[in-house]
Amino acid sequence: MDEQPLQEDRPTGSAQPASANFETYRRELEQLQKIDFVLYELTLYLDTHPTDMQAIQQYNQLTQSRKSMAQAFELKFGPLMAYGQSFTRYPWQWIQTPWPWQV
Amino acid sequence: MWVYEKKLQYPVKVSKCDTRMAKFLTEQYGGADGELSAALRYLNQRYTIPDRVIGLLTDIGTEEFAHLEMIATMVYKLTKDANAHQMMTAGLGAHYANHDKALYYNNAEGVPWTASYIQAKGDPLADLYEDIAAEEKARATYQWLIDMTDDVDLQDSLKFLREREIIHALRFREAVEIIKADREQKKVY
Repeated sequence: MDEQPLQEDRPTGSAQPASANFETYRRELEQLQKIDFVLYELTLYLDTHPTDMQAIQQYNQLTQSRKSMAQAFELKFGPLMAYGQSFTRYPWQWIQTPWPWQV
Repeated sequence: MWVYEKKLQYPVKVSKCDTRMAKFLTEQYGGADGELSAALRYLNQRYTIPDRVIGLLTDIGTEEFAHLEMIATMVYKLTKDANAHQMMTAGLGAHYANHDKALYYNNAEGVPWTASYIQAKGDPLADLYEDIAAEEKARATYQWLIDMTDDVDLQDSLKFLREREIIHALRFREAVEIIKADREQKKVY
């Protein structure tokens, strides 16, 4: 599955040519996973330390960066979420591969 | 409600087809101390736990579903190129006869998941101690799984999951202290 090019069934109007971007996809996904990990850690930490001002500042700063990072990622590779949490091109991009276990 | 995100919490790579490891990994899919049990245990306890701890149970319970997806990805990748014979020699013959290569919520021995794996006592401390124990047991299982494979890619993802169990147990211990402190404060007034 690792060799499978991303978005091979993606029609015109999709962001990038299929062949070039599987490595880019993996690399940028990993960047997103990294920042999300920190945000996840901060979330659990703040659940039990809700008055740690420094952690809250860090949380809000990283939330800001995460938003723009995810937006850039979705422009290139399609929506991370459905239900109105992400925009879509035509045709409906949500159902396009790869799903997480196919990466 | 929950909103699905189209990515894994942490990358899952495997370097070879390994049906034996796939069988062992199902312990963390549909076993007593597995990720399904964990997610359902915490999310179910939220309704009767003191308000101060609901957020923590929600967030850890949600993360467990992300871990469940990582385990499923491991099992899927380890078996997708296997033939019937490889399934049989790994001890997955009975599974193959019933499910082909579909995943199923059972433990490594093939026993189907059951609700009796999880407890809900309604007593906050009893429930949180149950949760701490569950995290410690899952951590131990991840260690045994790491010990059983020489696939460094698989080990990398399993180590991530092992570390998460440690963090979850730590946060649950903090929650115990929060509840104890709240009780002490109530006595003062």
